[in-house]
Amino acid sequence: MNYQWDFSFLLEYKTLIWQGALYTLGFTVLTAVSGLTVGCIIALARLSGIRWLAWPLLAISELFRCTPVLVQLVWCYYALPILIGVNLSPPVAAFITLTMYGGSFYAEIIRGGIISIDAGQWDAGRALGMRIGALMRRIVLPQAFRRMVPPLVNQTVLQLKNTSLLSVLAVPDLLYQGQLITSATYRPLETYTMVAVIYFILLLPLTRGAALLEARMSR
Amino acid sequence: MSNSITTMIEVVGLKKSFGTHAVLRDISLEVPKGGVVALIGPSGSGKSTLLRTLNLLTLPDSGYIRVGASRIDFTAGQRMPRDRELAAFRARTGMVFQNFNLFPHMSAEANVMEGPVTVQRMKKPEARALARELLAKVGLADRAEAMPEQLSGGQKQRVAIARALAMKPDVMLFDEATSALDPERVAEVLAVMKQLATEGMTMLLVTHEMAFAREVADTVIFMRDGYVVESGPARQVIDHPAEEATRAFLSHFHHAAGAGA
Ligand SMILES: Nc1ncnc2c1ncn2[C@@H]1O[C@H](COP(=O)(O)OP(=O)(O)O)[C@@H](O)[C@H]1O
Ligand SMILES: [Mg+2]
Repeated sequence: MNYQWDFSFLLEYKTLIWQGALYTLGFTVLTAVSGLTVGCIIALARLSGIRWLAWPLLAISELFRCTPVLVQLVWCYYALPILIGVNLSPPVAAFITLTMYGGSFYAEIIRGGIISIDAGQWDAGRALGMRIGALMRRIVLPQAFRRMVPPLVNQTVLQLKNTSLLSVLAVPDLLYQGQLITSATYRPLETYTMVAVIYFILLLPLTRGAALLEARMSR
Repeated sequence: MSNSITTMIEVVGLKKSFGTHAVLRDISLEVPKGGVVALIGPSGSGKSTLLRTLNLLTLPDSGYIRVGASRIDFTAGQRMPRDRELAAFRARTGMVFQNFNLFPHMSAEANVMEGPVTVQRMKKPEARALARELLAKVGLADRAEAMPEQLSGGQKQRVAIARALAMKPDVMLFDEATSALDPERVAEVLAVMKQLATEGMTMLLVTHEMAFAREVADTVIFMRDGYVVESGPARQVIDHPAEEATRAFLSHFHHAAGAGA
C-alpha cells in the first residue's frame, strides 16, 4: 500500500471542523445537564415509594434503556411529530432523545448510589432527629455521590459518543462535518482519521479523570 | 402529672408485626427517671425492634409510647405521625447501635456536631466546644480530628455515644452496644455507659453482658418471642429467676460467658 498521506488539505476546512467539534461538545454538555436533571427526578420518584409516580417513570426509563438510541432518534424525528402534530427540528429531536436516553441511565446510577448506602446510616441520621431533606443532604448524598461519580462519568462518555448519531438527522456535529469534507475532497482516510482523533482527544481526559477518581476513592 | 416526672419512659400495649410475623405482642414497661433497665433475651425475641419503636425508627402497629412529656399513640384509627413529629420525638431520644453507624465521611468531632448543628441549628463554634467536651468525657479528647476508619471499634462506639449525648437527650437507648467489639474493647465502652448511669441518665439497654446488667441496671426484663416473660430487680432476675424460660436462657448464657472468659 503506497497511499500518500496528506492532512494539509484539512486546514482549509478548519472552521467547519471547529464548528462540528463545538456542536458535539455543546450537545454533550447540554444533554448531560438535562439528562442528569431527568435522571435525578426519575431516581427520586422511584425511591419515593409513590406508586403512581414511580411506575410510569420506570416504564419510560426501561423503554429508553432497551431500545437503540439510533432508533429513538429516528422515531423522535420522523414518528413523534405525527403523534403530536408538531414538527421537530433535528436539534430539538436530538436534544429530547439524548436527554431521555442519558437520563434513563443516569437515573439507575443515581438510584443505585443512594440505595447502596447502608440502612444504618439512615437510622443514625433519623435517630438524631433529622428529617428527610437534611438526611439526604448531609448523610446519604455525600456518601452516595462519591460512589456515583465514576459511573456518571462513564455514562457521559457514552453520551458524547452518542452525539455522533446526530449526523443521521443532518445536525452538523463532528462526524457530519467529516462526511461533508469527505464528499468535497474524496479523502476519507485523512478526514475520518482526524474525526476519530478529535473524539479521542475529547474523551481521554474524561476516562482518565474517572479512573483517577476511582483509584483515589478506593484507597 | 407527677407520674410523668417520675416515669421517663412509658410503653403500654405495644404491638408490632412484620407481615404475619408478630414480633412484639403486647409489651408494656416503664423506666423511671434516672433508671437503668436492661433488656435480655434470646436473639429474635424482639429486643431490637422494641428499642427501635421507642425511637420511632420502626413504627408500632398499636399501643402508645411516652418519653418525657411527649407521647405518641398508635391506637388503630389514629393517623400516623408526620416526618416533623417523628423527627422532634427522636431528637429527645439518644440511640446507640450495635454497628456504631458513625458517618464515615465526617471526623469524630463532626459526627458529634452533626445533630446540634443540623437539627438544633446550634452555631458551629458552640457545637465544636460541645463536641470537644463530650469527646473528652468518653476519653477521646485527642481523637477529635480522626476519621471513623482510623478508630478502633471501641473508640467508634464511644464517639457514637458522644454523638447521641450531644442532642442532650432525655433517655439513651443502647442496642447491644458492645456486641460487635473485640473482647478487649468491651470494657472501655461499658465504663462509659456505667458512668452515664451513675450521672443519672435514664437508660434502656439491650445487652448480653450479664455481669454488667447485674451491676449497673436497676431492673432486668427478660423477653422471649415478643413477650415480656419476667421482669424485676436486676440481681433477683439474674441470680434467682422465677421463670423456667429465664433460667434456661441464663444457664445457657453463663456457660457461654464462662467459656469465653
Ligand atoms: N424490618 C424487619 N422486617 C421483617 N422482619 C423483621 C424486621 N426486623 C426484625 N424482624 C424480625 O423480628 C424478629 C425480632 O427481631 P429483633 O427485634 O431484631 O430481635 P432481637 O434484637 O431480640 O434479636 C426476628 O425474627 C427478625 O427476623
Ligand atoms: Mg437485636
